[in-house]
Parts: sequence; C-alpha cells; structure tokens
Amino acid sequence: MDLDYHALAPELVVAATILVVLGLDVVLPRPRKYWTAFAGVLGLALAAVPLLTLAFGDGPETRSMLGGAYVVDGFALVLKAVFIVGGYLVLLMSVSFIESDRYYQGEYYLLMLTSILGSLVMASSRDLITLFVGLELVTGPLFLLAGWRKGDAKSNEASLKFFILGVLSTAILLYGMSFLYGLTGSVTFEGIREAAPDLLDSGAFRLAVLFTLVGFGFKVTAVPFHFWAPDTYEGAPTPVTAYLSVGSKAAGFVGLLLLCYKALPSVTEIWGPALWVLAALSMTLGNLTALRQDNVVRMLAYSSIAQGGFILVPFAAAAVSSDAAVIQEAASATIVYVIIYAFMNLGAFGVVIAGARRTGSTMIDDWAGMWRYAPRLAVLGAMFFFSLAGIPPLAGWYAKFAMFLSILRPGNAWTTALAVIAAVNAVIALVYYARIGKTMWMDHVPEGADRSAVATRPLTGSLALALGISALFVVVAGILPFEFAGVFADLAKVVTTGI
Amino acid sequence: MAWFESAGLSLIVFLPAAGALALFALPKAREDAQKWLALLTTGLTAVLAVAVAANFNYGSSEKFQFEVSESWIPAIGARYHIGIDGISLPLLVLSAVVTVLAVIYSWDHWEEPRNVRGFLALILLLATGMNGTFVALDLVLFFIFFELVLLPMYFMIGIWGDSAKRRIPVLGRTVTMRLYAAIKFFLFTLFGSAFMLLGFLALYFRSGDFLGNNTFDIPTLIALGSQNAFGSGTFAFLVFGAMFLGFAVKVPMWPFHTWLPDAHTAAPTVGSVLLAAILLKLGSYAFLRISIPILPDMAREWAPFIGLLAVIGIIYGSLACLAQTDVKRLIAFSSVGHMGFVMLGIATMTDVGFNASLIGMVAHGLITGLLFFLAGSMHHRYHTREIARLGGNQKLMPWMGGILAFTAMASLGLPGLAGFWGEFMSLLGAYRPLAGLSLSQFQTYMVIGAIGTVLTAGYMLWMLQRVNLGEPKAEWSGHEFNDVGTTEWLAWAPLIVAIVAIGVYPRIVLGATTDAVVNLARTAFGG
Repeated sequence: MDLDYHALAPELVVAATILVVLGLDVVLPRPRKYWTAFAGVLGLALAAVPLLTLAFGDGPETRSMLGGAYVVDGFALVLKAVFIVGGYLVLLMSVSFIESDRYYQGEYYLLMLTSILGSLVMASSRDLITLFVGLELVTGPLFLLAGWRKGDAKSNEASLKFFILGVLSTAILLYGMSFLYGLTGSVTFEGIREAAPDLLDSGAFRLAVLFTLVGFGFKVTAVPFHFWAPDTYEGAPTPVTAYLSVGSKAAGFVGLLLLCYKALPSVTEIWGPALWVLAALSMTLGNLTALRQDNVVRMLAYSSIAQGGFILVPFAAAAVSSDAAVIQEAASATIVYVIIYAFMNLGAFGVVIAGARRTGSTMIDDWAGMWRYAPRLAVLGAMFFFSLAGIPPLAGWYAKFAMFLSILRPGNAWTTALAVIAAVNAVIALVYYARIGKTMWMDHVPEGADRSAVATRPLTGSLALALGISALFVVVAGILPFEFAGVFADLAKVVTTGI
Repeated sequence: MAWFESAGLSLIVFLPAAGALALFALPKAREDAQKWLALLTTGLTAVLAVAVAANFNYGSSEKFQFEVSESWIPAIGARYHIGIDGISLPLLVLSAVVTVLAVIYSWDHWEEPRNVRGFLALILLLATGMNGTFVALDLVLFFIFFELVLLPMYFMIGIWGDSAKRRIPVLGRTVTMRLYAAIKFFLFTLFGSAFMLLGFLALYFRSGDFLGNNTFDIPTLIALGSQNAFGSGTFAFLVFGAMFLGFAVKVPMWPFHTWLPDAHTAAPTVGSVLLAAILLKLGSYAFLRISIPILPDMAREWAPFIGLLAVIGIIYGSLACLAQTDVKRLIAFSSVGHMGFVMLGIATMTDVGFNASLIGMVAHGLITGLLFFLAGSMHHRYHTREIARLGGNQKLMPWMGGILAFTAMASLGLPGLAGFWGEFMSLLGAYRPLAGLSLSQFQTYMVIGAIGTVLTAGYMLWMLQRVNLGEPKAEWSGHEFNDVGTTEWLAWAPLIVAIVAIGVYPRIVLGATTDAVVNLARTAFGG
C-alpha cells in the first residue's frame, strides 16, 4: 500500500498538532495552559502550507490512493482550504472566549482540531466508509464541545440533545449506507455509480438513498431534521456554535455533494424531489421562525437553517437536467454558496462573541444603540448581517445570484417555482437581518444600562484578526467575484466528471 | 482627451465611493475637513458629469458614448459595461448636480444624532449607486447599482429620520416613524428587485437560444429585442411582469406606492431630496432602458395597464394631497401624482411620450427636490410641519415664501417653468398613442390626466394659501425668523435657475433626448 505523503500532508500536520496539544496539556502547569491555544493556531496555519504546495506545485492534478477511496484533487484542496481557514477563524475566536472560562483549555483545542481533521478527511473521501469515518470524526468531538460549560444546564441540554439526535441520524445514515453497499456490491462511489441505474426499480434501493439523505439532512440541519439545532446552538459555547453552523454544516454539504454528484448522479429522480422539498421547507420554516427570535444566537441558528435551504436549492436544478453544463453550474453554485456562507456566518458569530463581551448579553434588544459605544463593532455587524441577507456589494449577493442562476437554467416549472420560493424567502430574511442593523444603529441605548461592569474591550487581538479576515473576504468577494467564480466553475467540473 | 472618453464615466461612478472611504481617514472631530472633502468629491463628480455633457455628441445621441466594456465576471459573462446615451445623460447630470447641492445644504443643517462623517459617507455611497445605475449597460451591473442605494438610504432614514410616533392601523400598533419607514422602504424595494433579478436571469438564459452564448449585455439584448426575439408568449409575459414589479415599486406606481409617503416624510431633508429627485427615477429610467426596448411586444401589450395605473396614481396622489395636514407628506404624495404623468408618458409608447417622461423626470427631480429642501428648512425654523399651524410665511420670511410660491407654481405645471413640459407632453402623447393601442382608452386617460392637472393646481394653491398667505399665527408673534441663509441660497439657486431655464428653453433636455427616444420608438415598434 503506497501512500502519497505529500497529498496527505495537511491531515498529517493537523494530526501532529493534535498530539502536540495533547502533550502540552499534560506537561504544562495550569497557568500556562494557554500555550495549547498557540500550538493549535500555529499548527493549523502550518497545515495550510502543504495545501499551497499541492495546489500550485508541479505534481499531478489528481492524486488517488487506497484504491481510489482517498483522492486529493482540486475539489478536495479548495474545500480543505475552506475548512482550515474556517477552523482557523474559529480557533482565533475561541482564544479569548475559552480563556475566560479558565478550565480544560487543552482538551478544547484537542477536540476542535480533531473535528477539523475529520472535515479534511471528508473532502477527500471517495467511498462510503471513508466518508462515514470522516463524518463521525467531525461530529464526535462536537458532542463534547457542545457541553463544554459543565455547570450550565443549557449547555448540558445542548450536548445531550445533539448527542441523541446525532446518534440517531448516524444510525439512519449507516443503515442507508449498508443497503447501498448490499444492493450495489460496492462501497466506492464509482462502483455505486455504475451499479445504480439497474437498481432504479428496486424499492430497497430507493429507501437506501432516502435514508442516506435523511442522515445528511440532520447534519446540514435541513427542515424537518433541524429541531436539535436551535437549542444546541444556544447552549453551546459561542465559538463552538460558530463551528457547528459553518464547519460541521459545510462538511455535511460536502458529503451530500459527493453522494449526489459522484455516487448517485443517475438516480436524480429519487433525490431530486426529496431535496426540492427539503430546500423549500428549510428556507421557509427557517426564515419564519427566525423572525420571532429575540436572542441573536437563536436567530442565527434559524437563519443558518434557512441558509442551508438556499444551499440545497441548486441540487434541485441538477436533478431535472441531464445537461452536463447545467449540472456543473448547480454544483458550482452550491460550492460558491457554502464558501461565502462560511465566511459571512463566521463573521456574524465573531460579532456576536464581541458583542456579548461588550454588553454581557446575546439578547438583541440589549445591543440597542451599540454604535454609540462600539462603532467599529456596529459597522462589522451591519456588514455581516446584511451580507447574509444578500445585499450588494457584500459577498452574500453573489452566493444568492449564483443560486438563482443555477435554478433558473433548466427552465422547468418545478425549478422555476423553487426560484420564486427562494426569492420570496430572500425578502423575508431581510426582516430579521435588518433588525440587527436597526437595533445597533437606530435604537437608543437602553436606559439605566450599566455598561461599566462588563465593559471589557469588545475586541481582543485574535478576535479582531478573525473578524478582519472575514470582513476582507466579504467585501472583496462581493465586489470582485470573478476571481472566485472561475475557480468554482473548475471545481464543479472536478465534482461532476464522469457523469 | 482619450483618457476622458474611457475613464470619465467610471470616475463619475466611483469617485464618490472613494470619497466615502477617504472620509474615514479623517479624524472624527475634524468636521470641517470632512465637509470640504465631501464637497470636493461631489463637486468634482458634478464637474465631470457636466464635462461629459459638454463633450457628448448630440448629433448621434441615440448611440452609446463614453463606452467602456471590460471583463468582470467571465464565468457568467457579466461585463463591466458602461456608457451613456441621450436617455441617460440628463439623468446622470441631474444626479451628479443634486448630490452636490445636498452636500452644500448639509453644511449647516444637521439632524440628530449629528455624526457628520457617517451622514456624508452615506450621501457619497448613494451617489455611487445612483450614477452607476444610469450608466450601467450590463444587467448584473445594473442590478448591483440598483441595490447599492438601498443600504445607505435605509440607514439614512433609520438613523437621522423623524422620531415621531404614529399609529399604523394595519399593524395595530404605534411605531417610530423613522424605523418603520426605513424597513418598509427596504422591504418593498427588495421584494421588487428580487423578482426583477429573476426576470434578468430569464432573459440571460433565453438570449443563449439566439446568440449561442448567454449574455447580460443590455445593448445586445436591445438588438435582440428589436427583432422581437423574445416574442410575446408566456415567457415574455412573465419576464416583463417580473421586471415590472421591480421597477414599478421603485417609481413608485399605484398601488405599490405606499412606502413612499412614509419614507419621504420620515427621511431627513437631504434624504427626502435624494429620494425624490433621483431614486424614483431609477425605476422609470429602467422602463426606458430595459423593459421597453428588450420586450417591445410585451410593452405594447402591457401599455394600457401601465397607463391605467399611471392615471390612477395621478388622481389618487392629488386627492391624497388634498387630505394631508403635514407639508412634507403632502409633497410626498404629490410625487405619486407627478410620477404618474411620467409613467403615462411611457405608457403611450411613442417618442413624444418618452420625451415627456424624460423631461418630466428631470423637472420632477428639480422641483420636488427643491420643495423638500424648503419643507426641511421651514421645519428647521418652525419646528413643525403642520399646515394648520403655519400661515403668513410670506410675511415672516419673504424670500422663503417667494421661493415656495415659485416652486409650487412650477410643480403645478405653470407654463414657462420646467414642470409644464412633462405634464403637457405626456397628455399630448396620450392623445395619439402608438398605433395599435386603443385610441379611445388613451384619450380617456388623457382626460383623466387633465383633470389631474387641475387637482394638482388645486392642492398646491390651497397649500400655498394656507402656508404662505394670511396673517402669521399668534404663536409665532415675537419670534425672529432667519430668512433664507447662505448655504440655502447656494443649494437652491442652481435649482431655481434650472427650473426657469428648462421651462423657457426645454431643448436643454430635449436636445439630448429627442433623437434617442425617436430611435427607441423606431427600433422597438418599427416606425
């Protein structure tokens, strides 16, 4: 068995970092535990180096190993870059947050890095087993991280709910996968793709596909498999929530992309309508529920459910067409959306962390008039939340634009209807995103609010860095999306080759 | 001057945005420096816009000039394509000039919370969006600029707007006007533009059937439209309808107008001026630039409907004005009526009508802009806008009263002032609409429109009588009022001059537009 160590270098570096963090945590006395944070942040930054050499070096474009089960190609590289940068931003946000909790710092970084490692594995997985291992590596540590604040009943509830439903969804997923293997006789995506067309009439096969979809539906918090998300998001420490809503969710979408486009492209009639319904439900219910939230974290939880719906929309377009260009465009739209969403949502969570530090609250009304005492934070807040709403020239517009472009391309009545649903939802979403802008900029500071008690500086160095990186991306990608669009189009070709 | 040919329009678009960024390089306390910087950038932009007008080749105003076409998002074929023709030139100049006047007026008129830097930055960002919309020749670029005005205006209304409380029967609760108006403006416009975007994308995909590759390029789509490529089937109907939603909300046409009175009334003075003078024109301009030339058959089919909504708007706006007790709200409703005339001109689908709508847009921009300035300045002095409490304004402030009388006359369409031409020509156009449209129907519209002009005169004169004439109310005795101040003169004089100049010599506008609209009518409807 020959391994391409260059191709595996990012995973190896992260794995080594995990060991270093573990070692440091054992060795260091309590007051010096913050070194584990340094080690984690540094190690993750180092992991980006082999990504660059792989992407711009001379080697072959596609590096396949383990009998095609593990592949490093353009698609995997770009998504790994997103996972590493996203994970890096989450770690930066965690530094001050976890420090203020004062305990179990080492384990925190250890678990977070393990989860990131899982997402790196997922991006390269090309068979069911690797995909599953990667997915569990992503989710497992998060069960623990969600319950990080042990003394807090809400955090315990968050962890327990997440765990029970997470295990349930895993069971469903695994059940579906076992049927897929049993019916097609293969665990690799390629093998499944070849065997699938003959099984179209088999009821068991349909069930297998649907079970697998449901499993991923839990991971990407698609309605009606979303109900764990708001409580878990609210109870978990905010940086963990940020990671849940971006990292683990993106990992779920990667799984879905691989499964739908790589393994099951010939049975679109099974997953197409299912994902159509999931997309429409997620957008609509996510938005309508987000309208009624008073806590910004809960609002972001429902908003991320709705955003997940938007991300699912292009799948419905790919399902009704056999034209390679349409399918590529749909895949590309999903990837574009996932990446832009990752940055703007992480930025929004960064603002929530900073805002909570400043006001001591995550209730939206407590943020009233924030621009008077924290103008920079208020600017950033407006930026990220309006970007999530898709208002040009912030990056969110291009994500929505690419999504509309892909769903209108087939010109079919069903897809057009979904486009109209998406358009109406884009307008509804503005109501609650704009509310944050309104509260921070237009309302008066609440009377009698004592800011001095909690008036720590809202931005620590690492948090400011995380927000700066996200803000830069949101502005540049919004004004000059072409740099990204070209890359995405190429990626989509990689994903959809062989269809 | 080759650089000017290629970079002139881009500078007009992006100079204000650069100015907005530069403002934040200045210290917060240096308000004077911030004002001068804003004046400098908007002033330079206006000078450039005038220079473009001076170098514009009026002999071929139907052609796009100062064109730039650069690759922008190659993956979807969207280009940075800008240019200007006789239709957009007057509006671009109007937009650039009114922005400077807004900055000049802001010099010593600040609403709470002050924050000079933030307010000026929003004006500058708005300018980029407005100027950009008028020069964009690519649907994606147009969409971006069209949406770019939303955020600044939202914040302008929401932060500096009117904090009065008002009960909204539909919601069943009392709201702060600025917050309510800001989100209402945002939501209405976004709702329209979401469907507009779907329409744009549908055009993009259909264009591929004729060209081989899909395009967002407006001139290319117009060329397709002139061959009736998109036909008159369900597809064209839906696309026209989707774009109609987007543009009609922006104009706004009855019944999509309900955001307008709230937004105009609640906005700070400069916000109302920019809204009325420029933002409304984005919608009506888009009909001329996009809907009609690209989907001419559908335009013809929709024309009676557009005309109907237009005349309803005229009558509804005028009647609503008669019922208003607040000066600013009255002016806001008068906009609904005036934009009705603009849309009636467009609905006739003739060159006369298009010309009417363009000169109507420019005149409405100048006149209603000035009216909102006046309303703001009077509110500044009286601290009320209640018509019932005002009175004898002419005696208290002779100059202010005089300018108000002048502007009201211009607004009601007095011959010799700018407002006359838009109303007159659009009625003229309705007398003889495009061949194939029902003559009797449009002539009915004409009669209704004519009744509208009488009503307009009615409410304007009545407002003038109550505000300007008579004796000052007892509550003002002993008050000293400053008449029109220096910055006010500086901001208003250009508007007054332009209103007279266009009134006496409409060729200032029509000279640029006529060839362009004749060409538009001919390529769209052949003959």
